[in-house]
Amino acid sequence: MIKVRDPARLRRRAGLACGGLGIAAVLAAAVPTLVSNGTIAVASAARTATVEIANFKFAPPDLTVPAGTTVVWKNADDSPHRVADIGGAYASPALDTEGSFSHIFAAPGVYAYFCSLHPYMKGKIVVEPAGAGS
Amino acid sequence: MADRDETEALGAAQINRRGLLKCMTWAGAGVVWGLSGGVPRTLGLLGSAAAAEAAPGDLTFVQISDSHIGFHLPPNPDPTATLREAIAKINAMPVQPAFLVHTGDISHLSKPEQWDTALEVVKGANKQVFYIPGEHDVADAENGKAYLERFGKNTQGRGWYSFDLGGVHFIALINVFDFQPGFKSAGLAKLGDEQLEWLEKDVTGRSTSTPIVVLAHLPLWTIYEQWGWGTADAGRALGYLKRFGSVTVLNGHIHQIIQKVEGNVTFHTADSTAFPQPAPGTAPAPGPMKGVPAGELRKYLGVRTVDYIRSKGAPALTDTTLVG
Ligand SMILES: [Cu+2]
Repeated sequence: MIKVRDPARLRRRAGLACGGLGIAAVLAAAVPTLVSNGTIAVASAARTATVEIANFKFAPPDLTVPAGTTVVWKNADDSPHRVADIGGAYASPALDTEGSFSHIFAAPGVYAYFCSLHPYMKGKIVVEPAGAGS
Repeated sequence: MADRDETEALGAAQINRRGLLKCMTWAGAGVVWGLSGGVPRTLGLLGSAAAAEAAPGDLTFVQISDSHIGFHLPPNPDPTATLREAIAKINAMPVQPAFLVHTGDISHLSKPEQWDTALEVVKGANKQVFYIPGEHDVADAENGKAYLERFGKNTQGRGWYSFDLGGVHFIALINVFDFQPGFKSAGLAKLGDEQLEWLEKDVTGRSTSTPIVVLAHLPLWTIYEQWGWGTADAGRALGYLKRFGSVTVLNGHIHQIIQKVEGNVTFHTADSTAFPQPAPGTAPAPGPMKGVPAGELRKYLGVRTVDYIRSKGAPALTDTTLVG
């Protein structure tokens, strides 16, 4: 259910010890930059996790990510879907087949969302403090 | 832009009433009536002589639905072509409808160019068209702003309206906004309090003998909760309507014909002009039936004629596929 994409490469690029993260599909999107003291740092805490939409379901329906993660929803269905926070914090336009939408989850918490075209489709993002689990 | 205004005007005011009245001569006894599950159906015409001179009823109109212009996948990569075929079917009807209704999902993704294409094709019928949105028509980032700007003239609230034609009272309800997330409830569509209050006022004082036609995109009864095929507060709407002697509810959304009778109220979902969806619960999810072979597709697509004949009460519905 959960796809972890090349964690070794991820660790290399990010220069972080992410191996113990035990959470879904986290990729470092940030480009490492050389800072003045000569160490490698990550420009931002940007990481990406993916939720696939297929057969009118979010997969995984529950996703746990560290704070600062960009969650990307990708529509693999023949029908469009829309991703919407139940509190209205974010909402995507209709995502056509192969379309995607992303949202950055900055603060820890539990965020329920649904498809506003097919409201019985639901999921949640559990955001943990950035250091947790690493 | 005069053409566009004419095509998109929703209010009855812009109807060419004289043109309509011409169609209202009393029908001959050419139509055979049947009952199928309590729903009046037209079985056919009494021979070719009768067909040749088939007289129009009090009021005949055509329902089209779910044209999904912009859809581009199997089983129908070209829904513009099948919409054009639907319009050709209408143009070939011996009794020309007074007007058309489109029960939503005009476009696939609420894009102006998709509506442009749909309206251009539908214009080929040379008829007034009454539109309501499907959820695909209010799926822009601003939740329906584009649809309402374009189609919402002369409507109330978020697009609902009513009008009277040929002695029939038409009520166009909108149940594609404010879907409730399916956490505590089933995740069904909703009409909402504002619209329901409007509806109650709209029918107050009307004679119970006035035939009522209700247009709505999602079904006004729960066909299949697991796929969201229902409207949570439809019961309240029907409560305001049940005193009428004839209420005909025409829906789209599920891309197949399913009917139900409840007292004086008959419910009818319609075929799409674009692609079929599976029967409730027969597939892991709703959505286009991509396995339908090209040669079979038109069996699943169609248009519906609704024909009122004086003294018959409920209208006769005839569904015609796009085959042939
Ligand atoms: Cu959806």
